[in-house]
Amino acid sequence: MLMTSPPSHAKPLLDIRALQTQFKSERGTVNAVQGVDLTIAPGEILGLVGESGSGKSVLALSILRLIQSPGTIAGGEILFDGRDVLGMSKKELTQLRGRDIGIIFQQPHGCLNPVRRIGWQVAEPLRHQGGLDRRAAWDGAIALLRSVGIPAPEEKALAYPHQLSGGQAQRVMIAIALALKPRLLIADEPTTALDVTIQAQILELLRESCRNFGTSLLLVTHDLGVVAKLADRVAVMYAGRIVEDGPVAEMLVEPQHPYARGLLRAAPRLGNAGAGRLQDIPGGIPDLSRPSPGCAFAPRCEVRRSLQLGRCLTEQPPFQTSHAGHRTRCWATDRSINPPQSVSEMSLPLEGRP
Amino acid sequence: MSDILIEEPIFHMPSRGRQLFRRLLRNPSAALGGSVLAVLILLAAFAPLITPYDPFAINPMGRLKPPTWQHWFGTDEVGRDLFSRIMYGTRYFLLICAVTASISATIGTTLGLIAGAGSALADGIIMRLIDILLAFPYILMVLVVVAILGPSLWTGMAAVGIAGIPGYARLVRSTVLTVKREDYVVSARALGASETEILFFTVLPNVLSPLIVYLSFATPLAALLASALSFAGLGTQPPAPEWGVMLVNSRTYLFSAWWAVAAPGMALFISIFGLNILGNGLRDVLDPQS
Repeated sequence: MLMTSPPSHAKPLLDIRALQTQFKSERGTVNAVQGVDLTIAPGEILGLVGESGSGKSVLALSILRLIQSPGTIAGGEILFDGRDVLGMSKKELTQLRGRDIGIIFQQPHGCLNPVRRIGWQVAEPLRHQGGLDRRAAWDGAIALLRSVGIPAPEEKALAYPHQLSGGQAQRVMIAIALALKPRLLIADEPTTALDVTIQAQILELLRESCRNFGTSLLLVTHDLGVVAKLADRVAVMYAGRIVEDGPVAEMLVEPQHPYARGLLRAAPRLGNAGAGRLQDIPGGIPDLSRPSPGCAFAPRCEVRRSLQLGRCLTEQPPFQTSHAGHRTRCWATDRSINPPQSVSEMSLPLEGRP
Repeated sequence: MSDILIEEPIFHMPSRGRQLFRRLLRNPSAALGGSVLAVLILLAAFAPLITPYDPFAINPMGRLKPPTWQHWFGTDEVGRDLFSRIMYGTRYFLLICAVTASISATIGTTLGLIAGAGSALADGIIMRLIDILLAFPYILMVLVVVAILGPSLWTGMAAVGIAGIPGYARLVRSTVLTVKREDYVVSARALGASETEILFFTVLPNVLSPLIVYLSFATPLAALLASALSFAGLGTQPPAPEWGVMLVNSRTYLFSAWWAVAAPGMALFISIFGLNILGNGLRDVLDPQS
C-alpha cells in the first residue's frame, strides 16, 4: 500500500541528539526545544508535525544554527553525515548551509530580494559557492528554473519577485535551495501561505525534486494532509519534545500518543464529510518558560484522566519502542497496563499518495 | 508578407542600466530634469566655443548695459559680458555639485554601512560622532570649516561636503538596519551566503535606490549652500564667474540694472529646479514595484 521507509539500520544523514534550544528574556527562559532526538536517513522524507508554538520551526532553524539572539542552543548534539554541526566554525557553517543543507521558508515572497532579478538570485549560489562564472551561472539558473516548472524560464528569469505569484515564488525558492544539490532540504511550512490548488503542485514538485536529487527532506508542517501525501516517517512534536515518531502508515492509522491521536481527530477528512464534528483538543500549549516535571501534555490528556495516572504529572515519560522504528513517549501506552484502543475507524485519506 | 524577419536574440543578459534609462525617458519630470542636467554639462564642456566674449574682459565704456543683440544678458558693473560669465558659471556649478556630493556621499555611505552592518561598538562611536556634527547648525558648521581653512572655492566645497555627511550616514545606516532584518537576508544566510556576500549582494542593492534619490535632492541643496557661501564672501572669490559671486557683486544695482542680478539668479534657479525634478523622477523610477 505504501512505499517502504528506508531501512532503519542505515547510517543516518542527520542525527540530532538531546538538542536544547532556549530563548532568554526578562520574564525567564523559554525552552522552545527541550531534548529532541531525531534522525533522518539518506533519501528519507520526514514529516515534523505539531501545532503552532510546539517548537518545530525552532528545531528546523537550530539544525542550521540560524537561531538569533536572544536564542541559544543550550545543549545536545547535531551530527550531519557524522560531522558535528554545533562545533563548526563560521566558514564551515557557510559551507554546510546551501551546499549540504538547503532550506525554504513559509513566505516565499519575503525570502526573495525585492530589488534583484530572480535569475540572478538563483544564479548567486552557483557563482559564489559553485564557482561558476556569470554566464554559466545564468545558464544554470535558467535550467534550474525550468526544472522547478517555471514556464518560459528565460523570460521569467528577468522578472522581479513582486511580478511572481506565490506559487511561482515558492518554486523559485525551491530552485535556489536545490541549486547546489544539497543532501538535505528543510521545508518549513512550505505550502502554508499558498492557495490550496497550488499547494498540491508544490508538494508534488518537492517530492519529485527530492527523489531526482536523492535529497532527504525534513518537512515541517501542521497539516496532516501534507504529511500523508509526502512523508515516509512522521515525528509529532509537542511543547519542545518529540512525543511520537514512526512510519507514516502507522502514524496516520494507529498513533499511540494521546496527543497524536487528538491531532488526527482534529484533522478534516475526505469521504465522511458531515459525518461528525471535528474534535478539538481542549486546553492550550503549556508555558514553555515553566517546564513541568512530568509529561507536558498531561494537563490536557483525556487518557490520563480516564486512567487516573498520577505519574504523568510528576515524571517525564521516556521513549518506548513499540516495534522497529516506532517510539512513543507516554506512560499510558505502556501495553502491559493499557491495551491500545482501536482507532482503525479514524483512517486518514491516503488517496493522494502514489 | 513574405519578408524574412531577422530575429534578434530575444534573451540576452539583462541590462538593468538600459532598461532604467528607457523608463527615465518615459517619466516626464525625470526627462525634463535630465535634459536640464544634460544642457548644463554641454554648456560647461563647450563654454569657450559658445561664448562671444572673454568672461573676464573688462569694458569701462560698456558698464551695466541692458540686454542687446551684442550682449544677450547685458553687462555687469565693470562691463563684462553676462552671457559669457553665466556660461562659464555652469562649470563652477557642476564642479561644486560633483565635489560636494562625492565628499558627502562616499564618506557618509561608508560610515553608514559600517555603523549599520558592523559591530555595536563601531555603530555607537560613528553615530555619536554624527550626532555631534548634527548638533551644530548646518551653516555654523560650514562657517567653522571655512574659518579654519580660509575662504576659497575648494575650502567652500570641502565645508559643504563635510556638512552633508550626517544625512547620508543616517540614511544608509537606517536602511541597512531595516534590510538586515528582512526574511530574504535570513534566507540568504540560511543558504550559505557569507556575511560579505550578504552585505554587497543583498543589502547594498536595497540601499542604492534610497541613496540615489537622497543624492539627487541633497546635491542641489549643497550647491545652493555653496553659492550662499560665495555670496557671503566665504567661498569662491571674485572675479571668478561663479553665480553666487555674480549675485553679490551686482546686488547694489538691483533697481538700476536688474539684468545683472536676474541672469545669475535665473541660472541658479533653473539648474537647481532641474536637479530637483530629476530627483523626483528618479524616486519614481527606481522603486522596483512601480
